[in-house]
Amino acid sequence: MSELENHDPLIIAGQSFNSRLLVGTGKYKDMAETGAAIEASGAEIVTMAVRRTNLGQNPDEPNLLDVISPDRYTLLPNTAGCYTADDAVRTCRLARELLDGHDLVKLEVLGDQKTLYPNIIETVKAAETLVKDGFKVMVYTNDDPIVAKRLEEIGCVAVMPLGSLIGSGLGIQNPHNIRLIMEEAKVPILVDAGIGTPSEAAMAMEMGCAGVLVNSAIAGAQHPVLMAQAMQKAVVAGREAFRAVRMPRKAYASASSPLDGVISAR
Amino acid sequence: MQIQVNGEAREINADATLAELIEQLELTGKRIAIELNLEIIPRSEHTGTRLNAGDQVEIVHAIGGG
Repeated sequence: MSELENHDPLIIAGQSFNSRLLVGTGKYKDMAETGAAIEASGAEIVTMAVRRTNLGQNPDEPNLLDVISPDRYTLLPNTAGCYTADDAVRTCRLARELLDGHDLVKLEVLGDQKTLYPNIIETVKAAETLVKDGFKVMVYTNDDPIVAKRLEEIGCVAVMPLGSLIGSGLGIQNPHNIRLIMEEAKVPILVDAGIGTPSEAAMAMEMGCAGVLVNSAIAGAQHPVLMAQAMQKAVVAGREAFRAVRMPRKAYASASSPLDGVISAR
Repeated sequence: MQIQVNGEAREINADATLAELIEQLELTGKRIAIELNLEIIPRSEHTGTRLNAGDQVEIVHAIGGG
């Protein structure tokens, strides 16, 4: 097989995906922009939220599932906005009914509104219940390697530590911890939250992350569709760089041009 | 009789079914999921599920989110 051949799928719960960029559908201006950005990102796994239906208002409002078709994309319902294990479990069960038995979910149980930092105690509780209930759980967590391992042991199919706070665009604040998590993991590790730029997404991929999940960095760009495309390229580039294995770092210069045969007046 | 739908009080005929409530809300055929008193009621059972006074109904749909 040629080095340039690109069969390098991301495998989650036995399912194979070509794109290692997962994207969210929140914070877009409208459905048309959502659809165009998701398309430009090349993502196959797309997150969504579950919320109460507005009653009696605007019955012809476009539905997210009309734009992001479950036939084309693997929808990943999230439990964002849940602050207890019980609410997160309820949300996943509603999502499974909504998506005709689809059981891949993104679990996130939050701790407070200011930081949206994960509440690990509730996250672990919810993960245990959901795994027992037959869900395939991709779990949002902090960058603690012990917690990540515990979530894997519970049976989560992917562990998704934060790079930094949700929606902050502060990048990967503690790459050393992400490395520690990856060293011990047998399930895919994806950086979820905090990515602000394509270079930060590429950094996660160069480090060996299985993928990245990006929402705000695309939706919050001045030109979201163009940023979606840039993210796609960055994730591909970062993954290829990881597979290529970077050059060793050196303390001093090492000339790229041969030293012999340099013209000289002497 | 009175029931709660998405946290709001609503009047509906006694003996109405879940399917009738959905019709009254103009949500027939929409992609929604329903919880009745914290239990999921699968789509196939909407027609056969009768509502009782005081029931708590949650109706949800998919929206954009990260």
